[in-house]
Amino acid sequence: MMNKTIKGRPPVIWLGTNTCAGDMLSLLNSVDPGYQSLITDLIDFRYNYLLGSAEGDMSTGILETAIADLDGQYILVVEGTIPTRSNGLYSVIGNRSGKPLTALQAVRELGAGAQHVVAAGTCASFGGPYAAAPNPSGSVPVQAVLDRRVINVPGCPINPDWMMGTLLHLIHQGEPELDDFNRPKLFYGETIHNLCQRRHYFDNSIFAKNPGEPWCMYKIGCKGPVTYADCPYRQWSGEHLSWPVKANTPCIGCTSPEFPDGVSPFFEHLPDIKLPGIKMTANRFGVLTGAVTAFGIGAHLTGSIITGRLANTIKKDLSGGARQKIVSFFKKLAGK
Amino acid sequence: MKKIVIGPLTRANNSCWIEVAVENKKVVDAWCSGIFFRGFELILQGRDPRDASYLTQRICGICSSVHGTAASLALEDAVGVRPPHNGNLLRNLIMGADFLQNHIRHLFLFSLSDYVTSPEMSPFTPSYSTDKRLPKKTNDVMIQHIFESMEISRLAHELMTLLGGKAPFPHGVLAGGSTVPPSADIIMNFKSKLTKINQFIKSTMMPDVFTLAEAYPDYYEIGCRPPDMLEYGLFSCSEEDRERYFPGGAVIGGQLQKVDTSVIKEYLGKSWYSADAEPQHPSRGQTVPDREKEDAYSWSKAPRYNEMPLEGGPLARLWIRGDYRKGISTMDRIVARALEAEKIGVLMESWVDELEPDKSVFTSFEIPQEAEGSALIGAMRGPLGHWLRIKKGRISHYQIITPTAWNFSPRDDSGRKGPVEEALIGTPIANENQPIEIGRVIRAFDVCSSCSAHVIIPGLPLREMSILP
Repeated sequence: MMNKTIKGRPPVIWLGTNTCAGDMLSLLNSVDPGYQSLITDLIDFRYNYLLGSAEGDMSTGILETAIADLDGQYILVVEGTIPTRSNGLYSVIGNRSGKPLTALQAVRELGAGAQHVVAAGTCASFGGPYAAAPNPSGSVPVQAVLDRRVINVPGCPINPDWMMGTLLHLIHQGEPELDDFNRPKLFYGETIHNLCQRRHYFDNSIFAKNPGEPWCMYKIGCKGPVTYADCPYRQWSGEHLSWPVKANTPCIGCTSPEFPDGVSPFFEHLPDIKLPGIKMTANRFGVLTGAVTAFGIGAHLTGSIITGRLANTIKKDLSGGARQKIVSFFKKLAGK
Repeated sequence: MKKIVIGPLTRANNSCWIEVAVENKKVVDAWCSGIFFRGFELILQGRDPRDASYLTQRICGICSSVHGTAASLALEDAVGVRPPHNGNLLRNLIMGADFLQNHIRHLFLFSLSDYVTSPEMSPFTPSYSTDKRLPKKTNDVMIQHIFESMEISRLAHELMTLLGGKAPFPHGVLAGGSTVPPSADIIMNFKSKLTKINQFIKSTMMPDVFTLAEAYPDYYEIGCRPPDMLEYGLFSCSEEDRERYFPGGAVIGGQLQKVDTSVIKEYLGKSWYSADAEPQHPSRGQTVPDREKEDAYSWSKAPRYNEMPLEGGPLARLWIRGDYRKGISTMDRIVARALEAEKIGVLMESWVDELEPDKSVFTSFEIPQEAEGSALIGAMRGPLGHWLRIKKGRISHYQIITPTAWNFSPRDDSGRKGPVEEALIGTPIANENQPIEIGRVIRAFDVCSSCSAHVIIPGLPLREMSILP
């Protein structure tokens, strides 16, 4: 049975590498479809490190079967970052002929034969918290160990809809349209800032001074302006009840390639900025959102920071040379 | 003597690796191994102290709010600030919801596959077929409950979302309190969901656990170890945090004592870290990962209390509270977890009623240049400690000792086994090709290897916790 596939329900192999399991747990929160519907009607959930009944060699045997018999037929989902230190021994996912099977090996082998490879969560997509400085396990994203396209579905954790939507898109409509970071545009096509219900508070400079206040979170660290995700529209979890800004806290940029290093401190309205020749902390920088997160910033936003309403605040917060350096940095970024 | 390896042991919040030696169809020796390493404490150094409550949540997807709460309490301790009344209640509610989510998912999604004949579909297949004792009708009902439980545990995460913005990793858990004012609409939604969850626990989860206990009474005699347990106390009774609803305590040979953290030492002999010359109190001694170390077999260290391995979790908490003092076995651990879920659900109803809609939820504070703080609390799996030191307004040291480091620890330098290893000894193995008994014993501890593998960095003197009688 194991080498036969079920019509209309592609086999899915879901590996957990260096992960906290938060993404799989988040997927369990999906409502329509729910997890039950996913495993009974939509996919053939062959392997899952967290929920599979099989253990030990029986479990690893499912992976061997996929490699041997299901070439080009299964969707590989990887949750977690891939440690490379000590040949990958910082994350072991199974036992192969008495030797540890590392996440690094498993992702390479299963990735080669998969129909699609999906990175679930920010760790698998971009490295995430476990690859944050000083990256003690030498962890890298899935794309860094595979020579083929990896569809990145970041988020810490993934919103259930982002993962469910990507999977079902792959099954029924093929690969979704992706952005420069191979994220489906369907979910990551616009910034939190541009979709935010509290945008008018920002435009009118009505800012919260502390978490728990119902105003714009910008000045207490919101990374919405540099974070691409549809949280304000979609909301969390399966029932779409709330999201961090609705809960009166800043967005911490968890879908960004530079999460967490480039979007922290979480409660300062700017990351610490380390540009050549300029050494300043977030406090000093005022509103210059995300200079260090430059590669996550869109040129249109960069432009609006320089020319738009924010320019006045920049003038207020900075003086002389520092401001000039920053503005020219942004202009360069924007190609102006 | 035959050696059986289970790698990975799935259906744990992160797989782990088990080896046991079997003689005359019984386990005579056991080795538990954490197989993931991340080094969270190293990552925290140099960061804004406020970030710890969100970052440490990323240690574990199934118990995130507990790390967030511990980090919040540690920073509040360092700063000398307390959350407002509402702030404490809201954090308790978020954490309580996470406990319900964990306990329900643990029983139905992680544990039950060890006892029921699973549905004929992936990911329930393939699976062991041995020693499934429930009559078909009862078995079918259990499977129905597995699917029902998915809906209920999801609701528990929605409770966290209502008060915290998302789940896992809710934003409403942070130093200073919480962030969502308890307005009538939110409370209404929360109460309605909580009622459904509590109804499920009472009418489905508890009876199912007793059905299991009746069908598998021998598991009151399997997975046993002496009554040596540790808990730090769970759920602050007030914003001053002088008492906890589930009090802390150390149980040594069945005798309840006040926790004295000065007798905790961590041993590295069998762990993949460069060893210091002497075993260290967690407040001293730098440790460095070394996966190639000879004779070592786990990323988990071996914390010991007066050189003794202690176990934590729902059974320890209920024992200390005096609510459940029967055996210390696999089935006792399963029963205690369900009982704890029931008790927490009821407590949460009273906390909701205590909320004051128009009062504040958050106390603002300044980060000091130099400070130290700590928090010792109860987590789903046992005692959890966070220790924090701030220099120049940034984290200079951070350390975390997780419950699974206690429960799932490897041998210490003197060769004494960790609690799960101890519990495995004597476990009967009927069929060496389907050693289903091993997973039953281990999963009853609800081990979490994402929580056990951490680097501990020199920190602070551990604070004494008072316990209620």
